[in-house]
Formats: sequence, structure tokens, C-alpha cells
Amino acid sequence: MIDKAALDTGFKPNWCPGCGNFGIWLALKQALVELDLTHEEVVVVCGIGCHGHMCNFVKAYTFEGLHGRPIPVAEGIKLANNGLKVIVVAGDGDTFGEGMNHFLSGIRGNHDVTLLVHDNRIYALTTGQASPTSQKGYKSKSTPTGVIEVPVNPLALAVAQGGSFVARGFSADPKQLVALIKAGIRHRGFSFIDVMQNCATFNKLNTVTWFKEHSYKLEDEKHDPSDRMRAMERALDSERLGTGIFYQDKREAYDEDVPAEHGKPFVDHDIENVNITESMEQFT
Amino acid sequence: MGIMQAGLMFSKCCTRIGLQIFDYIEYPSLIRGGHNTYQIRAEEQEVRSQIYGVDVLIALDEATIDIHKDELNDDSLIIYDGKTVDPARTGMHSGKRCPVPLKELAAKADGSELMQNTVALGAAFGLMDYPFAVFEGVITDTFKGKKAAIIKENIKAAREGYVYAQEHYGGDCCHRLSPVEGAPKRMVLTGNEAIALGAVKGGLKFYAAYPMTPSSSILHTLALWQERHDIVVKHAEDEISVANMTVGAGFAGVRAMCATSGGGYALMGETISLAGMTETPVVFVEVQRGGPGTGVPTFTEQAYLRFVMHAGHGDFPKIVLAPGDVEDAFHLTMDALNMAERYQTPVVIISDKYLGESHKSAPFFEARTGVERGKLCRHVEPDFQRYALTDDGVSPRSIPGVKDGLFVANSDEHDGLGFSTEEIGQRNAMHEKRMRKLDLIRAELPAPVLHGPEEADLTIVSWGSTKGPILEAMNWLAKEGQAVNFLQLTHVQPMHVEGVSAILGKAKRLLMVETNISGQMQGVIREQTGHTFDDWLRRYDGRPFYPEQVYEKAKSILEQRRQTR
Repeated sequence: MIDKAALDTGFKPNWCPGCGNFGIWLALKQALVELDLTHEEVVVVCGIGCHGHMCNFVKAYTFEGLHGRPIPVAEGIKLANNGLKVIVVAGDGDTFGEGMNHFLSGIRGNHDVTLLVHDNRIYALTTGQASPTSQKGYKSKSTPTGVIEVPVNPLALAVAQGGSFVARGFSADPKQLVALIKAGIRHRGFSFIDVMQNCATFNKLNTVTWFKEHSYKLEDEKHDPSDRMRAMERALDSERLGTGIFYQDKREAYDEDVPAEHGKPFVDHDIENVNITESMEQFT
Repeated sequence: MGIMQAGLMFSKCCTRIGLQIFDYIEYPSLIRGGHNTYQIRAEEQEVRSQIYGVDVLIALDEATIDIHKDELNDDSLIIYDGKTVDPARTGMHSGKRCPVPLKELAAKADGSELMQNTVALGAAFGLMDYPFAVFEGVITDTFKGKKAAIIKENIKAAREGYVYAQEHYGGDCCHRLSPVEGAPKRMVLTGNEAIALGAVKGGLKFYAAYPMTPSSSILHTLALWQERHDIVVKHAEDEISVANMTVGAGFAGVRAMCATSGGGYALMGETISLAGMTETPVVFVEVQRGGPGTGVPTFTEQAYLRFVMHAGHGDFPKIVLAPGDVEDAFHLTMDALNMAERYQTPVVIISDKYLGESHKSAPFFEARTGVERGKLCRHVEPDFQRYALTDDGVSPRSIPGVKDGLFVANSDEHDGLGFSTEEIGQRNAMHEKRMRKLDLIRAELPAPVLHGPEEADLTIVSWGSTKGPILEAMNWLAKEGQAVNFLQLTHVQPMHVEGVSAILGKAKRLLMVETNISGQMQGVIREQTGHTFDDWLRRYDGRPFYPEQVYEKAKSILEQRRQTR
């Protein structure tokens, strides 16, 4: 049993005042408290970006790896010990730029991890370049005449690729975000939550107000998360951004389907005195 | 049945009657066609490499005779289908012709020509008086799980070839494949398969890979053993994922390994550095092929040494081990898994196509070490510090799930609990702690292995898969009374500098042998010990050394030495 104060590490977040990261951080901690998990059964894997500093601010087992690569690290952890709750905290550049292959493969495999993307549509830690979700024409340090590409559509990609839990949250709506994170962690399979987030310092376009004006709650329109086609239709809408669970279904998580014995986590297997006689016989 | 399977059956047949084999396979980067060869050498004593010269040539097309005619001697026998192959057109100048109607005999067995390889194997065994019943057993085992008719038809095809050869050429062959009394049961396996066995014996629980020649057979072997040995084998989306999953699994507390070849290893570079920084135990296997670029992907080279030693940005301890044969591959893989946990740092096994894909017969492996998990803690005190500063540089290590063992495995520089820091004192203390592990590793390295006599006129130095051809050449030289010894480097990085220097310092003359164009290990040795070499032998055409080449080079050096004395 953990309370919210116990999740603090003694290190105070170093994000800019007004940063959307605060909302996501508080929501994650609240979700962990409400799920009644222990510190040691939670692993938070972070990418590199402003969000990545979060590994210093949540008292659990945390892993801050490489830019773009937190998803495969999380998958390796879950496969080694499926008794753990594994949460990936990543950025939009992490997930849809450098790590897109891992994003799609993680969804395909339905690895039982929860992916929280801090989607602020900008590279903030590197001081303000366009990200894969910046809109076409967006002017930044790396695109002074405007982004030429169309943005990545994470929700539509996830639904198309067979995502078993596809949701969108908002850093300024902690109540909904807590509920989404809890549902995502409870979901046995790959749960993807794209979190609309403002960057107070570098993104002057996609502000909290902008996100509010461009979004609506799926539940207000009685969206049925089991309706995949409707979920796709809503995901493709880049003018009105739905928040809530777009799509959810049930299929076996990757670790449940591995051919090897999975009655207990692999980390608890006895590895002394492995008998290889039968395997050596195979070569005679 | 393709020639890979036919060749392996021949190797297994020889080994089942107590002979010992080494086989060497050449194939182009194609699925079908091209010139494929499967060369098997079988003797009563241990065989460590292929040699020049062919006693029995099975030629499935005319080009085979054309390409290999100069390897034949007067007593060589050439099995071919007289209907499609005419040796006269090839300019064949030595050897006895043994035409066998391969396709016709194959058709007798199952109505098609598909089993001509089986007929040819039968014919070869017929020529050499091999006990047919044993061959039947190998066929049965090879096709175990397939339809009974397939086994029956293959045995029939084999018998057709066997009987035809005995009837037409019985007694023509001066070589016999006769059972060796009292020989122990032996395996026929490749370096890759030996690595897979060593990994499983060493407690491997997680293996990931992306297919890449010539490392893929480690993946295939372990994938088949997932249920038997309760391991997770993940064919991931790319090598970057492979490396990161492996690090994740290692962090979570299981023994984790991955393998690739040069290009894939390049993609893993950043993650190797991550493992060094987070002090996560992981084992990487690099099975070299001919570079640069895609290079000669199905051929061999030892040109990734410097790359493997240096890949991964920043300073951190990295261990590189170089097995020379299947026995080394088994034991060093077990050692690698132990070292990764003992020193909490990445360990790389560097092999190559020649070792990885050539079969050798070997007695069943006996582990020479147990599973040693170093400072892994499943229970810790509340004031636990994962990255505590210790004298030997190795800190106690908790894993997720352990109460009070929380920490940040942090790619950023960090303090004792793993929290990010850029403070000067903490940065220096942690950097120095990690690098202190190098002193510990060095202190615990086994002394370098010197094969042959202590005193010698010539000392050969090499590493990796050249071991076989060098030891074969040394046997021949020893029989002639030449005093030659051989320093085989298995622990490449860090190097046992004192041990290596002592051996080099005593040597009267030094010959470096390696399969690359620039003398990579030669440079490393000079850097580490200051020793330079008088002579070197390098090959970089993608083919392995033959013992004849090493023998000739050694002889010429010894001759010169006598003349100048």
C-alpha cells in the first residue's frame, strides 16, 4: 500500500513552471495510489526528453534508457518478470520519431505495458524543434519556413495496427487522466495513452487553451470503445480531438502466449544445474 | 534434401562410428543455386580444420569438377551422374571416375529425381565400405517427425546408391570408413550451436535476435528449445529493439543474451553503452562475416575486432571473449553469463562464420563452472544503495520486486540510488567506481593459453577461429621435429597484459595469424604490450586459413632463421 506522499523521492521536478508534465506526473502517482500497488512491483521506464526526468520523481523501480527506446526495454522487463506492472513514460519524439518501429511492434505484440506519451508536439529538451506530431506548416528552430510533412496520427496508427487499448488524455484534465491510466494499467495487453500536453516554453501554438478549444470528451458523445470502425473515424479527425478510450478489446498479452512455461515469472526459475543432456543428444 | 542436410548426415554418420570430423561449408548469399560446397574431413584422431585435397568428390554438376579439379589426386574418386556430367569437358587431370546414375536411381525410390543427394551419399558410403545399417539410423533420425514414407524412400534411395557403387567400384577406393572400437559418443555441432548450449547451461532465460547471417542459427537453435529449457526467445523488430529488450530483461534479473553480425552490432552500439552506464548484466554475441558494408555476407573474416572492442560511446568496462572452437564456445558462453553478473557490465563474445557454421565432432560437454550470480540481492536492508561506492567497483544489485531495493537504472550520470546528477564530486566518484571494475576483471582473468612446447623457435599468435588450422599445422611441424608454440588469445579485452607480455618476451620469433587485411589484433597487442611482430599471415578473401598455409609460412620463417643464424 502506498500513499501519494510516499511516491515522492525527495527530488523536486525540474520542469518549467506551467509545464504539462506536472499534470501527467500527478495523475500517474494518483493512479498508482488508487490501484493499491506496492513500490517494488511498479517499474517506470522513461525515454529521453523533459518527461524522462520523471524517473527521478517517482519512488518505484525506474529505468531511464535511451531516446526512442523505452518500449523494448519495458517489453524485456515484462517478459523476464510478468509479475510487475510496467509503465512507459515517453515523449512524442521518442515514440513517433526515433522509436516508431517499437511503437508499432509493441502494439502488434500486445506486450502488457502501459505507454504514456507526453505529446506536446515539440522537442522541448533540445530547445524547440518540430516533432512528428507538429502540424504541417509549424515553424520551429529546425523548420523556420514551416514543417513540410503531415503529422503522425498516433491514435489512428494504433487502432489500425490492432491496438487493444487506445486512448487519449489531457495533462490539464487530471481526473480523466487518472481514470485512463488506471484502466490502462489494469488492461492486460498493450495500453496506449496519448496525452495532449502543452509546452509552456517552446510551443506557443498548442497551448492549454488551444487543446481545450480543439477537444471533446468521447463519453459526452456516447462513444462505444468496442466499435473499432467508429474509433478509427474519430481518430482520423484532426480538427476535433476526442479524449477518453477510443478502442479496447481483449486478446492474449505477449507474455501469456510465449511457448515457454509461464506458471511463474522467469526471474524466479531455478537456473542452477540445468540439464542439457537431451539437447546434446540432438547433435549425435 | 539440400546439400547442407546431406553433408551434415555424412558428418553424423562418420561420428556415429567413432570417427572425428570437421566440416567447412561455402555457399553464396542466395536461397537456391550458385556453387555450394560441403567439405568433410574425417579421421580417427581429432580433426580441427579442413585441409586442401579431396579424396572423394560428389559432383552434382560439371562446374563442381571444373572448380575443384586441382584438389584431386590420382587416388581421388569422383561420383557424378554420367547422364548430365562429362568430366572430359572440365579438363580433369587426376582422379578416378565413378559415374552413378543418380537421377535414375532416385526415381526408382520415389518416382522423382529429388533424392539424388541421398543416392550420392549412399554411393559414397558404398565406395568406402561404410556400415549401411548406421546410415539407415541417421536417415531415420534426420527425418524423425516426417511421414514414414519419406524415411522409407530415403533409405531406399540410399541403398540404391550404396549397392550400385559396391557392385561397380567395390575395392576401388583406398579409404575406408570403419568403426572405431571403444570411441565415446560424440556430438557434431557448430560454434553457434555450442554457444546456444553454453547459454542454456549457463541459465539463459531471455534471448532476442533479428535474423542476420551468420548468427541466425543461434536464434534457430534456441527457438526450438523454448519449451524444453523454459526460455523466452524473441525475434524482435530490429537490432536496436533486440539490444534494448535484452537490457530490460537483464535489469529485471534474468540471464539475457542476444546475437547478431557486424551491421546489427552497429545498431546496438548505443545500447551497449547504456548497459555499461546502468551496470546491467547482458551478453552480446557478434558472429563476424566479411565486411565492410554488406561485404561478403556468407563468408568469414575477423575484421570487426576493433569495432567490437570500441563500440559504445564513453568509457566503461567492456569484456570481449573470443572462442576458437566449439569447446571454447560452450565454456566461454557460460563464463560470459557469469562475468556479466559478477562485473555488472556488458560482455561480448566475438566469433565468426567459420567457427559459427562449421561442424566439429566433440565429446559431450562438461561444465567447468557453476552459475555464479555475483552481488545479486533478492533481500536488502532499507538503506540499500544500488550504486554504492565500493572498493572493487561492483555494487550490490537489487532487481524489481525486491522490497526496499528501489533504484533508478539511469542512463544519465547518477548517485548511489541512481538519481541523476551532474555534480562534479558525484560524477567523478561514480565514473571511477565503474572503471575500477576493470582492475578487478584484470586481476581475475585466467592466464593466457600457450599451446605446444614452452621453448620454441617460433611462436604463433592468434585469436578466434584460426585456432583449428594453426593447431593442425603445429601437429605437422611437431612431427618434423620443429619447435613451434601458439598463443591463443581468448580474453581479448581486457587483456592479461602481463601473461601475454611474458610469452611474447620469451619468444624467439613471432608470427601473427589473423583473417583480416589490417592486422587488427596485431595492433591491439602492440598497443597493450609494446611487442611488435617479425612476420604475419593474413587472409581477407572471405575464406578461412587452411593448415597448409600456416605450415608453409612457419616453415619458411624457420628456414630463414636457420640461414641467418
